[in-house]
Amino acid sequence: MAVTTEHSQLPSPSLAPEPKALSRLAYSLFSRTSTIFAFAVVVIFVAVAVFAPLIAPYDPLAQSILRINKLPSTANWLGTDQFGRDVLSRMIYGSRNSLIFGLISPVLAAICGTVLGVVAGYFGGIVDRVISRVIDLLLAFPELLLAIMIAAVLGGGFWNVIAVITVAFVPGFARVARASTLAVKQEPYIEAAVAIGVSTPVIIFRHVIPNIAAPIVVLMTLWVASAIRLEASLSFLGIGTQPPNPSWGNIIRDGLNNLFGSPWPIIGAGFAITCVVLSFNLLGDVVRDVLDPEISE
Amino acid sequence: MTVPLLKVDNLAVEFGPKSHPIRVVDGVSFEIPPGGAVGIVGESGSGKSITSLSILRLISEPPGRIVQGRIEFNGVNLLDLPRSKMPDIRGRDIAMIFQEPMSSLNPVMKIGDQIGEAIMLHEDMSGEVRRRRVIEMLGLVGIPDPAGRLDSYPHQFSGGMRQRVMIAMALACNPKLLIADEPTTALDVTIQAQVLDLIHKLRRTLNTAVLLISHDLGVIADVCERVVVMYAGRVVEEADVRSIFRAPQHPYTRGLLQSIPRLDDDRDRLYQIPGSVPLAGSVKKGCPFYERCSLRIDKCAEEMPPMFSFGTDQRAACWVTARQADAQAKEATLS
Amino acid sequence: MTDPIIRVEDIGKTFGSGMRFSLAKQADEVRAVDGCSFSINRGETLALVGESGCGKSTLGRLLLRLIDPTAGRVYFEKTELTNLPAGRMRDMRRHLQMIFQDPYGSLSPRRSIAQIIAEPLDVFGLVRSGRQRRERVADLMTQVGLSPTFMDRHPRQFSGGQRQRIGIARAIAVDPSFIVADEPVSALDVSVQAQIINLMQDLQRQKGFSFLFIAHDLAVVRHIADRVAVMYLGRIVEIGPKKQIYRMPQHPYTQALMSAAPEPDPERKGKRIILEGDVPSPKRVPPGCSFHTRCPIRQEICSIERPPLREVAAGQLAACHFAKPFPIPLAKARPAIPA
Repeated sequence: MAVTTEHSQLPSPSLAPEPKALSRLAYSLFSRTSTIFAFAVVVIFVAVAVFAPLIAPYDPLAQSILRINKLPSTANWLGTDQFGRDVLSRMIYGSRNSLIFGLISPVLAAICGTVLGVVAGYFGGIVDRVISRVIDLLLAFPELLLAIMIAAVLGGGFWNVIAVITVAFVPGFARVARASTLAVKQEPYIEAAVAIGVSTPVIIFRHVIPNIAAPIVVLMTLWVASAIRLEASLSFLGIGTQPPNPSWGNIIRDGLNNLFGSPWPIIGAGFAITCVVLSFNLLGDVVRDVLDPEISE
Repeated sequence: MTVPLLKVDNLAVEFGPKSHPIRVVDGVSFEIPPGGAVGIVGESGSGKSITSLSILRLISEPPGRIVQGRIEFNGVNLLDLPRSKMPDIRGRDIAMIFQEPMSSLNPVMKIGDQIGEAIMLHEDMSGEVRRRRVIEMLGLVGIPDPAGRLDSYPHQFSGGMRQRVMIAMALACNPKLLIADEPTTALDVTIQAQVLDLIHKLRRTLNTAVLLISHDLGVIADVCERVVVMYAGRVVEEADVRSIFRAPQHPYTRGLLQSIPRLDDDRDRLYQIPGSVPLAGSVKKGCPFYERCSLRIDKCAEEMPPMFSFGTDQRAACWVTARQADAQAKEATLS
Repeated sequence: MTDPIIRVEDIGKTFGSGMRFSLAKQADEVRAVDGCSFSINRGETLALVGESGCGKSTLGRLLLRLIDPTAGRVYFEKTELTNLPAGRMRDMRRHLQMIFQDPYGSLSPRRSIAQIIAEPLDVFGLVRSGRQRRERVADLMTQVGLSPTFMDRHPRQFSGGQRQRIGIARAIAVDPSFIVADEPVSALDVSVQAQIINLMQDLQRQKGFSFLFIAHDLAVVRHIADRVAVMYLGRIVEIGPKKQIYRMPQHPYTQALMSAAPEPDPERKGKRIILEGDVPSPKRVPPGCSFHTRCPIRQEICSIERPPLREVAAGQLAACHFAKPFPIPLAKARPAIPA
């Protein structure tokens, strides 16, 4: 074994230390004040949603004719709405809706969009042309308009809202996935996998998708914010979460009825939406930095 | 001894934050006589390109900075000049050509205009005179039908032709020194031969001094009179071209020469230097070649060897070969 | 001698313009490879040399059917590869592997070294347990001169030379009988190239696989090749045993290629054949002998009639009307450089 003996004399290569993904995440998170803030907001937001029954001072659905349209007081920090419901409690419970829509729809959209985009990008040809044209068609509508159109057909309701937001987001994911796939497909390691004898589905799942995951995940975090906003918009228009269930969108809508009496429901819910959307956007940037292997050093 | 045209003395360049800098070029010194041809040879991370960029102060600051040394051109230390004076030197006194002839030319500008612009920056001449000069330069670098190609765009030229255009542009103001950073690396062997031949011809006709940066000892041997061998940011050997190729004194130079596959070579196996090229600035103490050296002694790990003289015109930074040469010299005087 | 493992018959690849119904279709067709025939014997190394754009990488990929040919046939042992259905072709890949030029791009950046090297083992079900897989990977890493302790690291932590070793380990993992190496050392540092060439040579001697070694200059393959083929504009212009090609090249292009390579020898300064002009675009291959636009010995017939590959010496074929021996002067004995 001439080879073995000779090369074992090689000095052991001095390798760059393995950068730990977790420590890199921690570093990107806590090296800037803005991201610390964003992280804190998201943690509080999730905690509030999870522990809503423990935190909320009142039942969000409990109406009281005696306490209609009250201004903020020590008993009702954000006042009450036209049915005498405690706005703060409604906001706390409403965060659950926002969280659920905010997380489920982008994930579903990412999965569907990635599959469509990767298939189109990898196989090309007629498959690509058909998928791309459909995506272009959907992209031609602003997502809110698209959501309203679909919601108008399907009607409100939990799963319908999820479906509406998902469909509105799929084209964006598909387009990003397709473009990334086209780039990754040119990489020598894909040809290497073909040369080794790896089958096409395995190549797609093992070599293509992990390498296009970064932009998809980033898009997903950014669209958590959009989904929350979209759900609020739909609820505001009355085709999202159906009353009496609380959501930030319909709190604002209800608040409009008494805008000049008490602006606090609108201010409160608007502030919550702004904070959460902004925070998810900032975290999206962090995730992008961490996931990109090229700028990890 | 003639006054050198360019004298680089103890140059050091650092990159990265000031608190923990990475020294990518360390203590580099060499000279170029007027009309001479000097080659810097080295592998990736040897600091050869950074050295050449430092001469024209083309290193982006930050993250890089020149932390010590002198770069004397015609007796003037370029590092003392205010930054605003450098554009006068670049192009007129010292010109530079790069590896990638496509990206160094502006794709939307006619090549006649690009060369004309280079002349206009430094010399005051009328449009017609300038035009004639551009045609003359294109002819000089071997572009067929130079007058007809003035209005062509870079993409209409092949790689080799673009490198000729680059050379024409660099030499348009008759610089005293041409720095060529891997000028033929992107070219095919037969085209490389043409460009090297052109450099020979131009040196004869224009008497321009050349500083050639390359990883290819063959290219260096072809063009240069003196050779500077760099490794991990340091000069490890410097000599006239014959000595470098006939009697290299640094173990790295020896290893490199022996490991190159050659056409006229019937060895069954190539000599190989073990290990891999160190990252720039990763060697903090001792000789940077220590890890891979077959001659190493303990001292090498501790102390960076200075440049020892071997004969009149050769210097190398190695404790061991210097000692061997010393012993041989003593033996010779005894007998 | 007559035990070819790979036989190539008149293979060709024309890349279309891509624009269907385009009027410029004819003009945009690129003849990357045109009518190449040769064979590679068991345990033999054939070096394929040519400048950029001559079609050498395309030819290498045609042999492994990473690209489908537009003409001709490729046989591996008795099997014709060119008409195999996709599934059968995938099974054949156990015997046909490839080493790539780009040590940075050809390893999936998100997978560990162990996963990369074990991938072909998994594809062909050659390991049964996780433990067996790790043992096999460790063994392969040792064979290519890497310490197995690094098997859970990722490619970005390795230098170019080390990555190329990983690529080699992946290629030999399934004990293939034929390997195409596409410019495996041209992206590496000079001092590392020799290591990789020696490693491949040693592995080939041990394992006895056949090798198609693609390179852009003749010096690199001098030590590893048994036979050498020189390509120009999609065609093989000269092919023959190594000794003869290096001592007595007969095609003027081979001669120019040898003479143009700058040797690390100051005595040779400037003494070389310099070809005029550039390589023509493969979109517009000159008629007749495709080399005639640059040939120093061209005659009238060269622009009219394409010379066939014909035997000019034992086992040596050249495609030139005026092929003649061109002795390359051997260098004077060089003083030995102390190691």
